[in-house]
Amino acid sequence: MLIKENVKTSVDSMRPILKMEGISKTFSGTTVLKNVDIELYPGEVHALMGENGAGKSTLMKILSGIHLPDQESGAITYKGERVMWKDPLIARKLGVGVIHQELNLSPNLSISENILMGTVFPRNKLGMVKWKQVHSRAQEVLTSMDSDLKAETLVSALSVAQQQIVEIARALSYKAEVLIMDEPTASLTDKEIDRLFTIINDLREQGVAIVYISHRMEEIFKVSDRYTVLRDGECIQSGPIMETNPDHLVSLMVGRDLKDLFQRGASQYVKTDMPYKPVIEVKNLSDSTFVKNLSFSIYPGEIVGFAGLIGAGRTELVRSIFGVSEIQQGEVLIEGDKVSIKSPIDAIKNGIALVPESRKEQGLFLDMSVKENILMADLQMFIKKGTINWRKLDREARDYIKNLNIRAASPDQAISGLSGGNQQKAVIARWLSTNPKVLLLDEPTRGVDIGAKTEIHKIISELADAGLAVLMISSELPEVLGVSDRIFVMHEGRITGELEKKEATQEKIMHYATGGH
Amino acid sequence: MKLGLQPSAHPEAQRGFKLGHNFSALWDRLGMIIILILLCIVMTIMAPNFLEAANMTNILKQVSVIAILAAGMTIVILTGGIDLSVGSIVALSGVVSVMASQAGVNPLLAMALGMGAGYIIGFINGFFTAKLGLPAFIVTLASMTYVRGLAYVTSGGYPVVLEDSTFRFIGSGAIFAIPTPIYFMVVIYIIMFYVLKYTMFGRHIYAIGGNEEAARLTGIKVKKTLVNVYSISGLLAGLGGVILAGRLYSGQPTAGNMYELDAIAAVILGGSKLTGGVGKIQGTIIGVLIMGVITNGLTLMDVSYYWQLVIKGGVILSAVIIDRLRS
Repeated sequence: MLIKENVKTSVDSMRPILKMEGISKTFSGTTVLKNVDIELYPGEVHALMGENGAGKSTLMKILSGIHLPDQESGAITYKGERVMWKDPLIARKLGVGVIHQELNLSPNLSISENILMGTVFPRNKLGMVKWKQVHSRAQEVLTSMDSDLKAETLVSALSVAQQQIVEIARALSYKAEVLIMDEPTASLTDKEIDRLFTIINDLREQGVAIVYISHRMEEIFKVSDRYTVLRDGECIQSGPIMETNPDHLVSLMVGRDLKDLFQRGASQYVKTDMPYKPVIEVKNLSDSTFVKNLSFSIYPGEIVGFAGLIGAGRTELVRSIFGVSEIQQGEVLIEGDKVSIKSPIDAIKNGIALVPESRKEQGLFLDMSVKENILMADLQMFIKKGTINWRKLDREARDYIKNLNIRAASPDQAISGLSGGNQQKAVIARWLSTNPKVLLLDEPTRGVDIGAKTEIHKIISELADAGLAVLMISSELPEVLGVSDRIFVMHEGRITGELEKKEATQEKIMHYATGGH
Repeated sequence: MKLGLQPSAHPEAQRGFKLGHNFSALWDRLGMIIILILLCIVMTIMAPNFLEAANMTNILKQVSVIAILAAGMTIVILTGGIDLSVGSIVALSGVVSVMASQAGVNPLLAMALGMGAGYIIGFINGFFTAKLGLPAFIVTLASMTYVRGLAYVTSGGYPVVLEDSTFRFIGSGAIFAIPTPIYFMVVIYIIMFYVLKYTMFGRHIYAIGGNEEAARLTGIKVKKTLVNVYSISGLLAGLGGVILAGRLYSGQPTAGNMYELDAIAAVILGGSKLTGGVGKIQGTIIGVLIMGVITNGLTLMDVSYYWQLVIKGGVILSAVIIDRLRS
């Protein structure tokens, strides 16, 4: 294999190839990393773990030369020499490669150009690029990975998984000896993940040190040799993966036991009207993508969790209920009446609210104040003779800020200055202002710190107790288990399982989520 | 729906009392005004007649048409769009309204026709941009071209002389020694201020410019709002065309050439972001005045038109650089 020849395996495998000691990093006054130590040995896969915001990305950006560590903080030793990389190109030349979470490819160029980007292309006497040589060089790398991709193909014609392969090929092409993989499997299918693991194993045998960042426990235990856990910018623990288990790792990451997460008791909703009818019923719903024939109903006072792997079709489901994407077949009934929802405006009129998946892209008006973010969906309530009554709006916003415990200096503060958890509470407040009957929550605590997470869980629980029908999508099993009264599990656009709170366990959910019946 | 959560034990009041923070806030509020004042001081020293009352009214009169276009441009840019067609609309509106007036139509109705033409072009811009999702830059680039063409076609390529005195009064008259166009400008800016701050339409403009997807999911009628925004921009350009025709005593197919660029420059000088969601109408008028003061001062100093262009370009560039440095 080509790669085997290229990678120098001369380094003594007992000595770390790369060592970071006492690394700190401060961004405009905020300490992101505190005295972090990490050692990488040749031929190991090192799992780097931590919650969002724990400092993983920053650490890896320092390692790959994108950021410089703080002046007086520790040292990076690479192959026995102290180094200080000023830019990523230097790091890359010396053999430190990164495969970023977001793909960094130029879609309108060929695979070859993307793989060899940043190197000098072979040229003839007139200075023109010898394309044949460029393509054959790239093809060699691809072949060495057992990939059947053609080097001349445009990247825009590739699937996300194939693009990931190109990213890896690029890292291999410059003979990386330290390779950082940031969530490489996030968008891959099972088969592709297997292929990736084969590649990783090959690389390990060739003596490459791999830093593997992932949230998927299963993968971590399958592929890695050692682990390091970061929390709040500090190194919590390192060790061989054999000496730990998922629960232990999770408790290291969050700093407390899973059981400390919010646990909802039985619903406190008082059933006043008889008969007890569902608020929302979905019958045989299919959308234009791959959501197929879904049926379920949610009763007042109930939180229904939707579990499943990323890409199971849960987001597509709520988006079609909310009128963002088109319903191809089936119907939605609100309080027994069939409704036609063609746009979010229709959905809101029918008492449906959606807290979308991605706060920044779909939820927030970052340049606007907290109070306007909270009341944007309900502005007409503050209009008198065509004029906004700002004083009334201010008062109302203060109520929400107080009731949902949103930590803001004032209602006029720009929402961009709030922490993720408080921003999320503001988005939830916006939807409460529309007085919904059905609340759809898509990953309500993503990117939110643990304290705020518990608070949001409490809010959701109280909303249900007040009579709301809640649908909560979550990819975090402890959240689904802790908050829901009933759980549906989806796999590839279909509901594969329904579990009552009492009988639900992580194992059962995972069984259904991976397609079991 | 009210909830009774316990208030947190650690209320973090994240107020920024740092010096840098304060300066930034102060600059947000006053930055461009300071530049305008500095410019005025420089001009007062270098051009002796600059500070006279007559010259001041003169500046306001000179900027009035651009100012009215810039008001429309502000809301377009706030939504994250752009309108390149306003200069051409000035010409078309002028030609149409003057020809109507010459044909014996009541002057007020003739002017309304000119503005109506602008409104229709704006509506078409909005339709293609919002309903069909085409890029505003391309759509309005096309209208910039075909509307200019229509102005030539309608007028036969020659200026049409305006004889009606009421119509002329709109562009060249004065009330209490203050030229009529200034009144129009002031009224438009007051209305625009009110619309942006106190109406749902205005707040929706900010919301759409800040995050169009979030606006859609929040139930804001994004397309309708956008169509209205472009229509208003067209309407205001139509008004600009009528005023300019009244000032020139003629409808000219070449009128308003490159006005769209001056309007855009004024909006950006006024602190609006081309990406949308950020900006104020008060800022735009400052931007307009900065451009007006430069032109006026340089003319008083006998600087040739060619050099004026060079200096104006430099000022726009440096203002934007200063703005960038602060953030």
